[in-house]
Amino acid sequence: MDAYLGDYLPIAIFMAIAISLSLAFILSAFVVGSQKPDIEKLTAYECGFDAFDDSRKPFDVRFYLVAILFIIFDLEIAFLFPWAVALGDIGLFGFWSMMVFLGILTIGFIYEWKKGALEWE
Amino acid sequence: MISSFFFYLFAAVTCLSGLMVVTSRNPVHSVLFLILAFFNAAGLFILLQAEFLAMLLVVVYVGAVAVLFLFVVMMLDINFVELREGFQKYRTLGIVIGIILLAELFTTFFQLAGDSGALPETTGVHNTAQLGRVLYTEYVYLFQLAGLILLVAMIGAIALTLRSRPGVKRQSISDQNSRRREDTVRLAKVRSGEGAEAKEGSH
Repeated sequence: MDAYLGDYLPIAIFMAIAISLSLAFILSAFVVGSQKPDIEKLTAYECGFDAFDDSRKPFDVRFYLVAILFIIFDLEIAFLFPWAVALGDIGLFGFWSMMVFLGILTIGFIYEWKKGALEWE
Repeated sequence: MISSFFFYLFAAVTCLSGLMVVTSRNPVHSVLFLILAFFNAAGLFILLQAEFLAMLLVVVYVGAVAVLFLFVVMMLDINFVELREGFQKYRTLGIVIGIILLAELFTTFFQLAGDSGALPETTGVHNTAQLGRVLYTEYVYLFQLAGLILLVAMIGAIALTLRSRPGVKRQSISDQNSRRREDTVRLAKVRSGEGAEAKEGSH
């Protein structure tokens, strides 16, 4: 258990340094910098004129489609990791079960390629 | 000793950021706190020696799902004032669901309270290899089922969102290759003052 956690010690040290360094920068900006706020300084800066409307607009659904397809292939990759690690133990059956899995997803990949889901217009 | 310190650190940050997810006014901040909660949950998984699940949480949930959430929240046309109007209306339903979830948590807690809480011995084989040894052979049907679910999700996403817009110019290679000279080029004798007649169907 301790040897296992010892492997993660560099990551813990890294996180501690990153957090303390970023906190130091933010806090020193508060402590060292001179702050004289007034109303004009605190209002949002707009170049030229006030904003006409909200910045949130409905946008092309293709962005979502790309993100969803990315998640699906991300999960496919996630299944490949334990398979690659344990490939020596699971034999030919494990190899072919992964090939069938990849084949099923390749059907979907061909479908989306032929449908033009990956094309931008 | 050290592991219990990290456990309480990760657990506290997870709970606090989970609280911030539901209470912060700006949905973008909610998603960012959700990402923080995911990271700390990954830390808890590492303490449980479930390294693969921890990395999966970071890769899939932080890398993909949270990005999709940010997409939706940042870009979608959400009126936050309107969003808050339904709050009172659904309060009773929300409280009921909350009580049910809390009861589930308590039953799980009291079931586990009898156990010694000790983890099964890992016998020197790390988590990823242990998963790999059973997932592709013993649980092969569930594994293939996961593949089919991913296929359905892919096709469903395409069927729901794909719209081919008319009037978009794009290259069609087969059309280009099957084009013949006789179909498109015509030599016309143009007499002065009359002009050439347009052929049927051509521009």
